[in-house]
Amino acid sequence: MWDFPLFPEQASTVAGRVDSLYFFLVTITIVFSLLIAFAIAFFAIKYRRGNNVDRSNPLSESKTMEAVWIGVPLVIVMIIFFWGTNVYFTIVRAPKQAEDVYATGKQWMWKFQHIGGQREINELHVPVGKPIRVIMTSEDVIHSLYFPSFRVKQDVLPGRYTQLWFEPNKPGTYHIFCAEYCGLQHSGMIGRVVVMDPVSYQRWLSTGKGGGGSTTGDAGTGSGESMASAGEKIFQQQGCASCHMADDATRAPQLKGLFGTQVALKNGETITADEQYIRESILRSGAKIVEGYEPVMPVYQGRISEEDLMQLLVYVKSLAAPAKNQSGGTQSATVPGTATGEQARGTAQHADVPAANAKSGSK
Amino acid sequence: MEMDRTVVAEERPTIIDTVTGAIRENYLNANYGLKSWFLTVDHKRIAILYLISITLFFFLGGSFAVMIRLELITPQGDLVQAETYNKLFTMHGIVMVFFFLIPSIPAVLGNFLVPIMIGARDMAFPRLNLASWYIYVVGGLFTLGAMIAGGIDTGWTFYTPYSTSFSNTYVIATGLGIFVVGFSSILTGLNFIVTIHKMRAPGLTWFRLPLFIWSNYATSIIMVLGTPVIAVTILLVALERGLHIGIFDPALGGDPILFQHLFWFYSHPAVYIMILPAMGVISELVACFSRRRVFGYKFVAFASLGIAVIGFLVWGHHMFVSGQSSYAGMIFSFLSFIVAIPSAIKVFNWTATMYKGSISYDTPMLYVMGFIGLFTIGGLTGLFLACLGVDIHVHDTYFIVAHFHYIMVGGTIMAYLGGIHFWWPKITGRMYPEGWGKFSALLIFVGFNLTFFPQFLLGYLGMPRRYYAYPQEFQVLNVMSSAGASVLGVGYLLPLVYFLWSLRYGRIAGSNPWKATGLEWQTSSPPPTENFLATPVVTEEPYQYSPEETEAEYAMTKKENVNV
Repeated sequence: MWDFPLFPEQASTVAGRVDSLYFFLVTITIVFSLLIAFAIAFFAIKYRRGNNVDRSNPLSESKTMEAVWIGVPLVIVMIIFFWGTNVYFTIVRAPKQAEDVYATGKQWMWKFQHIGGQREINELHVPVGKPIRVIMTSEDVIHSLYFPSFRVKQDVLPGRYTQLWFEPNKPGTYHIFCAEYCGLQHSGMIGRVVVMDPVSYQRWLSTGKGGGGSTTGDAGTGSGESMASAGEKIFQQQGCASCHMADDATRAPQLKGLFGTQVALKNGETITADEQYIRESILRSGAKIVEGYEPVMPVYQGRISEEDLMQLLVYVKSLAAPAKNQSGGTQSATVPGTATGEQARGTAQHADVPAANAKSGSK
Repeated sequence: MEMDRTVVAEERPTIIDTVTGAIRENYLNANYGLKSWFLTVDHKRIAILYLISITLFFFLGGSFAVMIRLELITPQGDLVQAETYNKLFTMHGIVMVFFFLIPSIPAVLGNFLVPIMIGARDMAFPRLNLASWYIYVVGGLFTLGAMIAGGIDTGWTFYTPYSTSFSNTYVIATGLGIFVVGFSSILTGLNFIVTIHKMRAPGLTWFRLPLFIWSNYATSIIMVLGTPVIAVTILLVALERGLHIGIFDPALGGDPILFQHLFWFYSHPAVYIMILPAMGVISELVACFSRRRVFGYKFVAFASLGIAVIGFLVWGHHMFVSGQSSYAGMIFSFLSFIVAIPSAIKVFNWTATMYKGSISYDTPMLYVMGFIGLFTIGGLTGLFLACLGVDIHVHDTYFIVAHFHYIMVGGTIMAYLGGIHFWWPKITGRMYPEGWGKFSALLIFVGFNLTFFPQFLLGYLGMPRRYYAYPQEFQVLNVMSSAGASVLGVGYLLPLVYFLWSLRYGRIAGSNPWKATGLEWQTSSPPPTENFLATPVVTEEPYQYSPEETEAEYAMTKKENVNV
């Protein structure tokens, strides 16, 4: 009964930094609360009615004292502000080498898909020591993906992508919660994140086994092919290839090498071709017309599911060279020695697939 | 603040009721019958009407809280269905925020006291004042009707697109109730502003005003400027829900974040609508029971205005994880830290007011000390939420729930109850039983901390708010919280009982039982309908208390008692 936690586990690289800041704030809170409580108790006792003490010439205003109790709190809150903002920008800015996982929230479940195509529901397997970026959207209402042990949370919105990242640093199984009220089974929209050592993670990725007593997390559920390759199929089925992969680029902008570059628009603006731009251009092609093209592309809003759209997105991203994830694998210096090889191979494998597909795609 | 008290005592014409033979001498017995109450334009009677209606809503909202705490004793859902639970916390929030907290101090104590404190006969617009109560009742009945018909499950925050496209409950009906009640708030604010500007007694300059007036003035500014925004927002929700006009739902071409901006543009300042009048009450009480002028009067007065103005610029701190720009988050974080400063100024000044005072521990003073302690904790935990790095983790968890209950329950309700005890003799002419008053103040303080302190721990552990069922490891803290809530519940029921009891059996209070300064204490208790028989003339600054004189008088009475 009395064996219950009073403090959450620290399982990500940023958790310790958030907690240090938290303890600083706790200290400030305790110090000032005690200061006020002590002052009130002290005055209440010393100056209680009938107690014979000196009450002559009581001060009822003092610019000096006001300056002190405006100035001191101001300095303290500014320290908290700068410190907190510093931690915040670490939390919101994913490192470049982060490995992507795609997530879709819907009433009332979390669906995750790894780049390699492995799908999971209400469960997410990740390797220790590697930054993971989760790109998310919702199929219905607003949800919020929350990993308390990683100290990160981000609302998941319908109609657009949001993202969060974390780098787990302690193997184990931790909570996943939905933090934004989303209707009837809001409190049932929970799951677990399984942080594995890189070797087990690779085994899990390829076999779906060893997922820490996993029941639902059978990796590779569904297609068994990578997201980019699945995306390429959709690209063919929906007829995208006939214009976007044609030999001449007169009818539609070419997608090779597009992702992450600057795109000049017809209205004179320049925009970065990021996830949100790709998403919008597929769903509402007329929203942002590329310089030199006519708005002839059909609207795909309502004709393509969020998950298919994510696969298309990964495919379009894979057309950009060089493959991002490959560099990620070699850069993760934090991965323990023996694991590095596994890691690099694992990601290289993903990165290779789209490259191969891209070749076959441009017929 | 001087006024010839003999005027009240001697020149008061006695009106004998021809039917009953009773003496009509104050606003309560000036005339009788339902019509005399429901068509009254007397600000004091309107305050009583508000007192009764918001008390009903308080206990209604409280009963929802009881159900919530009972459900959360066990990790799994068992007492009620998930759907019912979602409706319970939604209706608890809606009732408490819109029908209790926002009107509480302004509509009851403000209505009763603002005209008397400034030496006026009534509000600037007495009929508008009555209209605002009727509007409140219509809005309240609308919302009650929606609740009886089946309730609403969107949370009091009405987040889109859940509220506009997914919820199958009575969103529009409930929303209309809130839309309507907003006008009551706007009219009250407008009335206060005009009354305070135009109807102050001769000699009552701005810096001679009691701080309660300053804080209600600041509150009124927020009411008048902020409330129309929530009204428009609710209307937009109704348009999207009813007519599928795409405003907030991305499936219809809308933007769900836009709703959050509009909602919090009002609803954050609304927090200050709740806490500013409470701060005004505390300033009055701490001065009276310390027998001292409020320390740093001008700083406390301007801090109220500062909060009202800066309070309009911090709404984005509710949206740090919503997907708004991280640079916007940074600016809102900065401004949120700045708005903490005026609150700190007040806390330090109240504490300094007790220095070299002559402090008595009457019930209202116990509420003051409780308020300062709880508000300090509530305010300091607000820093955690203004701080971007920590807010990401604690956002939408029980940490937030604990924080805003420390402000709204630990702050506003403590001050409201303290104020009701303090002015009860003025309102009714009778004293409440002091022993029971102290006992329930203590009960509320202990019960409150037991209920809400564990929720800070739960929040940092990661328990999200609005969870019907939760993981096993959170149970012990939830049981503590529910146990505390039962103590708190008893603490709230006690005053209800003894206040009613005191109406008949309470000791006759006399015009100034606390020997307080302020014009309200210079007229009889209860005051006559016209408040003052002759317009008072003010020649001094407020809070002319002398701790040394109080001590001398106290020593004298003690001596007399010994001699007897």
